[in-house]
Amino acid sequence: MKHYSAFAVAREALRYHTGWERAWRSPEPKKKYDVIIVGAGGHGLATAYYLGKNYGIQNVAVIEKGWLGGGNTGRNTTIIRSNYLQDPSAAIYEKARSLYEDLSQDLNYNIMFSPRGVMMLAQTQHEIRGYQRTAHANALQGVQTEWITPERVKELVPIINIDGPRYPVLGALWQERGGTARHDAVAWGYARACSAMGMDIIQQCEVTGVRSQDGRVVGVDTTKGSIDCDKLGVVVAGHSGQLAEMAGFRLPLEAIALQALVSEPIKPCMDVVVMANTVHGYMSQSDKGEMVIGGGTDGFNNYTQRGSFHHIEETVRALVETFPMISRLKMLRQWGGIVDMTGDRSPIISKTPLQGCFINGGWGTGGFKAIPGSGWGMAQLMATGHSPLTEAFSLDRFKEGRFIDESVAAGVAH
Amino acid sequence: MLILNCPYCGVDAEETELAAGGEAHLKRFGPGSSDDEFHDYLFMRENPKGVHFERWRHSNGCGKWFHAARCTQTLEVFGTYSAQTTEPPKEIKDAITAKRPGWTWREYE
Repeated sequence: MKHYSAFAVAREALRYHTGWERAWRSPEPKKKYDVIIVGAGGHGLATAYYLGKNYGIQNVAVIEKGWLGGGNTGRNTTIIRSNYLQDPSAAIYEKARSLYEDLSQDLNYNIMFSPRGVMMLAQTQHEIRGYQRTAHANALQGVQTEWITPERVKELVPIINIDGPRYPVLGALWQERGGTARHDAVAWGYARACSAMGMDIIQQCEVTGVRSQDGRVVGVDTTKGSIDCDKLGVVVAGHSGQLAEMAGFRLPLEAIALQALVSEPIKPCMDVVVMANTVHGYMSQSDKGEMVIGGGTDGFNNYTQRGSFHHIEETVRALVETFPMISRLKMLRQWGGIVDMTGDRSPIISKTPLQGCFINGGWGTGGFKAIPGSGWGMAQLMATGHSPLTEAFSLDRFKEGRFIDESVAAGVAH
Repeated sequence: MLILNCPYCGVDAEETELAAGGEAHLKRFGPGSSDDEFHDYLFMRENPKGVHFERWRHSNGCGKWFHAARCTQTLEVFGTYSAQTTEPPKEIKDAITAKRPGWTWREYE
């Protein structure tokens, strides 16, 4: 892998950019790997990367049904924050946020991390209490957040209407170190680094079955033939249920469509991320100038990657009251992704009933921000059999009643 | 947009008129049942990619609960039926078989 640098840009400029090489190889699968990761999204690629970097396990294949980063990694609203209420959540999300800070240097790939600050508006009395509680919890967890007044909100976001009749802004939970990153670049950067370590990223290859022997995983059947492995990591978000079925166990997950939309590009007008959970809307401005808007989930199971239209209407209606200046913006694109929701709205990073098979899923509506931390913990779990970062997120927490309840704590939107 | 026919008032209701009530035909386990049964009852939903049976309520209409058979992949609706039953009626199962031969859902096929 050639190193990206200012010098490389200058060198290539002098020779008409003929020296750039492909960022990653597209090899045919080998007969056998030490570890197979199913799903080349952010979480899968990060898992592979940290397996190689932290544990020296480099005989790894990452198998992807479509193209890498084409699922929820390429469909989210790129928000990075770690202001969660429960200790295990704060630990893994804060780990992820801190890894994001120097991920560009680590991967030698510009992921455009922009710690612009994330603001979660309180628009009801209930939310004031909830977010003040979260701010106190974060102080104990060592996550830097603070409760700010409506006046400070207005100072940070001049375009906001803080005294609207229906959705007044009563304050906000402010995480200055949160922000956004280029979502595709996160997947591409990890993929490039994995490929450079000699790992095989196999795209357009669907897993059709999981093979096991005496309760232990021995390989997978794919559309490119069967491949053997010692360990299998299932990191497929919305389709976790399908993969689990192939592996012979069930997961406490339900798949639902979540959607987002972007406006036409406009001049810079808002340099923080604003989330308004009461009205199920959140907004930030991309580097291109588009307002990136996240909406709510559908109320029913589906795999359509589309989302119901009335959710957009509700989201935009509420945002227009909070940000009157966006009322004349045209919306350019809308899309959906399939999120896998658990009962307590926290992920599952766990061993499974099938020996040698590990699951990382259930990130629901908030997976992007967790990618580096999730990969870090999953790699540790797969390599050593135990990770303090992921311990609390095990599959048996439901049976044992050890919920990590973020559904009430963090509001609905992620 | 999802449109379901309410079997009680006969109205073709669209999504904003309805409230989703989750998976249908759950067998309830409470005190006296094993941990596994209680766990599965609380958390293990079918979550199929394809044929699914659900409870819906015509909340902004007649207010009645009913059942719907639906495809989660295409949003195709196979039919709706009364809430006063513990399993899908034969005509609904036949309607699904006509469009999705070989379908299964829990013990039904």
